[in-house]
Parts: sequence; structure tokens; C-alpha cells
Amino acid sequence: MTERPLLERSGHSANITEWEGTVQELRGLVSPRAFTGETMLLNMGPQHPSTHGVLRLLLELDGETVVSCVPDIGYLHTGIEKNMEAKTYEQAITMTDRMDYLNPMGNNLVYCLAIEKLAELDVPERAQIVRVLLAELTRINSHLVWLGTHCLDLGAMSVFLYAMREREMVLDIFEMVSGQRMMSTYFRPGGLWRDVPPEFIPAVKAFIDYFPAKVEEYETLLVNNPLWIDRTQGIGVITPEDAIAYGCTGPTLRGSGVNWDIRKAMPYMGYETYQFDVPLGEHGDVYDRFYIRMQEMKESVRIIRQAVERLEKTGGPFRSQNRKYVPPPRSELGRSMEAVIHHFKLWTEGFSLPEGEVYVSIESPRGELSCYLSSDGGNRPHRVHFRTPSFVHTMGAIPKMAEGSMIADLVAIIGSVDIVLGDCDR
Amino acid sequence: MQAPLDPVDLAKLSLKDAVLDVVEFRGETTIVVDPQRIVEVCQFFRDTEGLEYIFLSDITAVDYFPREPRFALCYHLYSMVYTRRLRIKVYLPGDNPRLPSVTSVWKSADWEEREAYDMMGIVFEGHPSLRRILMPSDWEGHPQRKDYPLGYEQVQFSFNFDEVNRLKPYAKE
Repeated sequence: MTERPLLERSGHSANITEWEGTVQELRGLVSPRAFTGETMLLNMGPQHPSTHGVLRLLLELDGETVVSCVPDIGYLHTGIEKNMEAKTYEQAITMTDRMDYLNPMGNNLVYCLAIEKLAELDVPERAQIVRVLLAELTRINSHLVWLGTHCLDLGAMSVFLYAMREREMVLDIFEMVSGQRMMSTYFRPGGLWRDVPPEFIPAVKAFIDYFPAKVEEYETLLVNNPLWIDRTQGIGVITPEDAIAYGCTGPTLRGSGVNWDIRKAMPYMGYETYQFDVPLGEHGDVYDRFYIRMQEMKESVRIIRQAVERLEKTGGPFRSQNRKYVPPPRSELGRSMEAVIHHFKLWTEGFSLPEGEVYVSIESPRGELSCYLSSDGGNRPHRVHFRTPSFVHTMGAIPKMAEGSMIADLVAIIGSVDIVLGDCDR
Repeated sequence: MQAPLDPVDLAKLSLKDAVLDVVEFRGETTIVVDPQRIVEVCQFFRDTEGLEYIFLSDITAVDYFPREPRFALCYHLYSMVYTRRLRIKVYLPGDNPRLPSVTSVWKSADWEEREAYDMMGIVFEGHPSLRRILMPSDWEGHPQRKDYPLGYEQVQFSFNFDEVNRLKPYAKE
């Protein structure tokens, strides 16, 4: 078949004009058949409801089969890394919440861990326990949103309503501790913003007593549901070798059977002292990734239960007493001149970190979330970079899984990888 | 399984003059290497038994403006077999920073390099499709550079309406 100029060809031209790059660039991304008119180019997103945000995919279709998939991101790019360079270390924490809006506590945590590593700042035991507890609650919160929207994409409407109902309880707990339901900014360098209120432990206990039965309820709706199995099993398969080569982490990697969890491999915040299992998949398909996340919610409840037990026994400060990094409490200001000086210094110019660079990773609900922090000795970060799981998964895992799948399965694949575009574009 | 080997000793022994410096800071090992030999270095760390840094976690570009060499790239590697981490760092000049791409070693380097190109303007030779990734394709400049202003828009009130209006980038005839 002869090759015709893309823009002149009728029918498909509307799709091609949406490609901002040159035709030469497009040539390397899609198969040569797209240029002869054998396959069709179709634009999916950025306003498609099943792309979980503003993800745009350029699809090359042979009938209903996806030949190649070119992700286009950046619609939610807010320059968070650049903005953080213009703020003091403590001010910049608020920016991290806005990256992955379903995992605000985890983002705070990774950034605070980086500061603490660079400053060699201690974190009291009580703060560590609360951090683990809230990080796991955040994981449940994120997985519930994922479950609801993933099911909604595949036509299971009722799960969404149930998942949102339980998520509300988690958000209430967040509001209780930080005053905010989503953008909590609760973790601070050296510990927490304030101690947890007295009603916190009863609320968490009520939640962990109530929640496992609800996970069972979701499972009765989905795990053995023949419609669900038809839509998910054997779809979007990725082999363990490919998953590692494409940089997959978290449930996407574990779905392929690779036992890699940062909480176990490189523990932080005392995760090595908690008893929990890492659920593993076998086939690397949508169903396995779904099943792993369901099990992870149960494991999170297990961790929370242990954390609550410890928290009841552990008193003491909720934040480091190192006054060079942590402002003194209000009560000290009336009595101590030194406290007034520290208070003034920390709330005007902030603290400075020693020159150097660190890299820390945590296991976020989506995978490995890492923070690179470089300091030039000043009171602002010299360079902050976040290695976000959604970015790597969107660019690598989704096109890989989509190749050869049906177009209707694409929403199942996108849902199963669990991307958040705020996390992806930063 | 082969016992884990020390990456620093082995790199100095095998790669010789490609290793420029070794820095230990806060328990993290950084090996500074020659940028033109980055592909060889990465292949060495990935394939050598006893090291097996099979997972590329991240590539971070750093701008040390006004210092020279101005740019740095940090390759953060994992060895999943031995659960440890390594940082490979290269320094690049401020004028026309370019180095070979490592997409042939790790697939995941593709979009990390595109981000470094988009944000810092570092050119990766041999990259399959080095395009902008986060910024629009017609964007000018590389926003993460230190000499790129953060930028803001002046708020328009009634007292300065005309003044701000005059500065707005309306389409010219």
C-alpha cells in the first residue's frame, strides 16, 4: 500500500492534528502501518473518565486490538519541585501533600525522612508509631479509592459506594489529628505537628474492628464473580523480567510474583518490628494486582492493630527535642529566653541543613516513592526530586501492558496499575 | 547465590580510570564516573555477579549553577538480590551538556532521561525519542534550571487595571 501524507488523509486526520510533535517523531512511536492507513490512530483522554485524571494516550488500533500506546502526560504539571526550591524546608512540606492527593501522609513522610536523614535528626518512638499507623491508614484510604474507581470503570457500581463509605471513616480520623481531611501536612521534621487527640485511639479501634468485615464484603462481591473474573483474568499481563526492566514497583511488581516491598527490604520508621506479610501474585494480570491490594488492606489492618497496642503503652514526646530544628512549645516561650530565640529563628528564616545529598524511599500505596534531597547548606532545598511510582508506571507499565490487548481492556489495565496523575506530573 | 561484593573496590579494579571519585555520606555510597563512559559503567554494575544492580530507580538531574561543572546526574540503582542501593553520579559542563543514553541498559531510563532533558536541558545521545515530557512541546527554556525564574502574574486590581492590562500578552494584530 502506498504511503499517503497523514494530514491529508480523510477520516483519521482529526486524530493526527492532535499530535503536537513532528511526523518524524511519530514515526518512531507507532508502527509503519499507521502511515499506510492500515491501522488507525485514536486519541484517548485527557478528559476520559477512565484515565483517572488527565492522562492522554495516543492509541494505534488494528480493529479493536491496541498495536501501540503512547502516553502523553504533563497536563497536571504544577512545578512542585521548582516551587519547593523557593520555600524553606518546613514551608515546602505543604507542597508534598498536593502531589499524590490520595497519599498525603506518605508524601509528607518521605520528605520528612529525607530531612531527618540529612540533619541526623532523631524521631521519638511515639511519633514513629503514629507515623506507621497513619501511613497504613493512608494506604487503606488510597486502596479504597482505587477499588471504587477501578470497579466503576469495569461496570461494578455498588462497590464504589461501599468503598467511599468506609473511606469516610479514615478521612474523619485524618481530620481528627490534623484538622484536614486530605492535605494533612501532619508529619513534620522530627516527628508530628502535635500529639494525637484523646479520641484518636478509640476512633482507630472502632475502624479496625469494623473494617475487616467490609473487606470480606467487597471480596464476596468480586473475588469469585464470573463477570469480574472475565474482565480481569489474563488481561494486562506483565512478566517479572519486564516489570523490573520497566521500573514497576509496589502491587504492580508484586502482581508478577516479585517479592519486593520497601517496608521489608529497606525498613524505615521501625517497620521491621511489625508482623505482616507481603501478598504476592502469580500471573501478573489485572486480577492478581486487584487481589494483592485487597490482601494489603487486611495486612494494613494487622499493622494498625499492632501500632495501636504500642501507642497505648508508649508515652513521651511526639516530636524531637532538638531545638535547632524543632520549634519550642508555646509554654516554654514565657519562661526561657533561649526558647524565644529559637522560636524566632525557626519561624522567620527556618533551619539550615548541612551540605550534601540523600535519597530515601518508602512504600507508598502505588509503589516505591523516593525523595532525593540536595542541600547547599542554606535554609531552602537546593534540589528536591521525587521518584513517583505513577510517573514510572504511566510511562512504562501501561504501554507495555496495553500492547496487544483489546481497547475495552485498556480501562481495566489503567485501573489496575492505580495511577494518580498529580503524583505522575508533580 | 554469589556472596555480595563491594561495589567500590570492584569498580576501581575493573573500570579503572572511569571512576573519578567515591563519596560516602550518611550511609550512602556515591561513585562519580566519567560521563562519556556511563553506558559501560551501568552495564558493569547491572551484569557483574555479586553486584547485580538490576533496577534503575531514578535519574535525578541537579543544577549547581553558578558552579562549574554545572550539571550533575544521579543514577539511583537497586540491587534486588542483595537489597542495597548505589548512586552513580556524573558531572556535566554548563555549556552544551550531553552524554550517552542508558536506555539500552535499563528500559526505565527512557522517561527519566526525557524528564532530565525537559527540566534541565541535558541531551542524551542515542535516546530513542528525546522529546519534552511534562512541559508543552513548544515550551522555551528548561524550567528546573537555577537561572530560570519561578515567575508569577501580577494581581489586577481596580487601581492598577490599565497598567497590568498593558503588560498582558494579548494577541497582536
